[in-house]
Amino acid sequence: MSARLIEVRGLGKTYQRGSEALHVLRDLNLDVDAGEFVAFMGPSGSGKTTLLNLLGGLDLPSEGSITVAGDEITRMSGSRLTAWRARHVGFVFQMYNLIPVLTAFQNVELPLLLTHLSKTERRRHVETALAVVGLDDRVHHYPRQLSGGQEQRVGIARAIVADPTFLLCDEPTGDLDRKSADEVLDLLDRLVREYGKTVLMVTHDPLAAKHARLVRHMEKGALVDGGGLGSLADG
Amino acid sequence: MKYTRLIVANLFRKKTRTALTVGSFAVALFLFGLLQVLHGAFSQGVEVAGADRLVVVNRVSIIQPLPLAYRDRLLRTPGVAHATFANWFGGVYQDEKNFFPQFAIDTQGYRQMFSEFVVDDDHWRAFLADKEGAIIGESLAARFNWKVGDRIPIRGTIFPGNWEFNVRGIYRGQRIQDDTMQFWFRWDYLDERKTTRKGIVGWYTVRVANPDDATTVAKVIDEQFANSPFETKTDTEKAFAAGFVKQMGNIQLLMMTVGGVVFFTLLLVTGNTMAIAVRERTRELAVLKAVGFSDIFVLAMVIAETVVVALAGGAIGLGLAKLLTLRGDPTGGLLPFFYLSPGAVALGFALSLAVGLIAGFLPALSAGRLRVVDALRRV
Repeated sequence: MSARLIEVRGLGKTYQRGSEALHVLRDLNLDVDAGEFVAFMGPSGSGKTTLLNLLGGLDLPSEGSITVAGDEITRMSGSRLTAWRARHVGFVFQMYNLIPVLTAFQNVELPLLLTHLSKTERRRHVETALAVVGLDDRVHHYPRQLSGGQEQRVGIARAIVADPTFLLCDEPTGDLDRKSADEVLDLLDRLVREYGKTVLMVTHDPLAAKHARLVRHMEKGALVDGGGLGSLADG
Repeated sequence: MKYTRLIVANLFRKKTRTALTVGSFAVALFLFGLLQVLHGAFSQGVEVAGADRLVVVNRVSIIQPLPLAYRDRLLRTPGVAHATFANWFGGVYQDEKNFFPQFAIDTQGYRQMFSEFVVDDDHWRAFLADKEGAIIGESLAARFNWKVGDRIPIRGTIFPGNWEFNVRGIYRGQRIQDDTMQFWFRWDYLDERKTTRKGIVGWYTVRVANPDDATTVAKVIDEQFANSPFETKTDTEKAFAAGFVKQMGNIQLLMMTVGGVVFFTLLLVTGNTMAIAVRERTRELAVLKAVGFSDIFVLAMVIAETVVVALAGGAIGLGLAKLLTLRGDPTGGLLPFFYLSPGAVALGFALSLAVGLIAGFLPALSAGRLRVVDALRRV
């Protein structure tokens, strides 16, 4: 039986727009075990990305708590949360978000600059991460010299290079063609199967969601599927 | 060091923009360097003035003479240790654009009074032995390629006629600021050739025994010659030089105004450029923060980029100004002390650094305060 990695209890997020309160998330409860591959699906505005941001410590909830590997991140100060993020979270973005003036190697190396690793150790980690995503022959290429799929794979290498506790992927295939999307999803799948990574992915794409072991459906800021295993993926 | 590549890569993101910003700093610091050179040239007399020297001139005007007989009376004045005199000649060598100052000097006391000008003993002896002899500064010698033994024709203006002098020696300055563009010849030669107004000199220079008594001694000297046909006005050499500069207007204020406007404009231009650069990179900065870089790091990175631009531009500008001064006085003798001092270079770098820090601060602050969630949503 896998260990519980993430516990979300009574999570709520409310934005104030003028005099109007916008409830993006309401009383959300969620448990994720280590080594899971969870996909969150739902219509636009259902709160998927907000949930991901809260899980990644990029934003603070209006109410409720998030506990990751025993640390209640919703009680952390801003600077502590930043340090926690560097250690525990790998982000994969829809638009890849690579730094255009840095090579694939340098982009992947970025999270390691925050560690005490030596230059040689950093090089070894980066080369390993790029090899895992199958881009060890594109080390010195700039993002503009890579295809969209390759850019996203560099993005994934950057996310895994510091060996984070879990990966948060926000529409990782949203900007890719089918073939590239499948390659990226296969890669995420492999990270879970072979490397025991925990992946939480937001997607609109049912085919992408099929790669997850668990699909959670969201509507109007709440989980609406009761947490059934592969409820959509199996369908 | 491991972050250097990130900073450098960001600077080379928009090469033209970085080059133009560096260029703005270079132009501003080049101008600053030149203003410093001009300031130094105008105030050189004040800087090198001896603390124990007084200048005695005619109360009416410096161009009015004083009697030679005052020399002995000055030497007898309590507190005076030494006295010498000189006379402005104002001749022209070949062409008026070849300006350099010529002084008819007192052979008995001038060398002793101005010990910062070093003349070799054999040169001085040769000078004393030749009534038409001249001692010239090493910069002047270099300018016209003159050497000991050369005969120099000078056309008199204040003292009409064609004058010829034999170069008998070359003096050098002990300090870099010392003016080595002067031409000295013997006052007795001038006095001998004059047909009218013999036995007068241009001004006296007096050394006081105790610099603390300088003001008192100056007062005593002026009182001594009060109500005479040649009343005197005595100042410390520093005050005399400062007064001379003042006659040309408030150069310091003018230069500070020009420099201030230039640096303020530079501040606005650089601040605006960095604000644009930060706005363009909003998403990237957000990604850096998402992967764990702190607000302080992002703030420091933006400031570091501005400071690198500022110091690079400053180095280019000050380097060009220094190169220009190495070619010497471009006015042909009006600015004998045409020199960019190490102090001025250090001040220039300090100003570059300050402008870089101030200009980068607000854009850096906005980058540091950037909320990741908002920034990722924005583009």
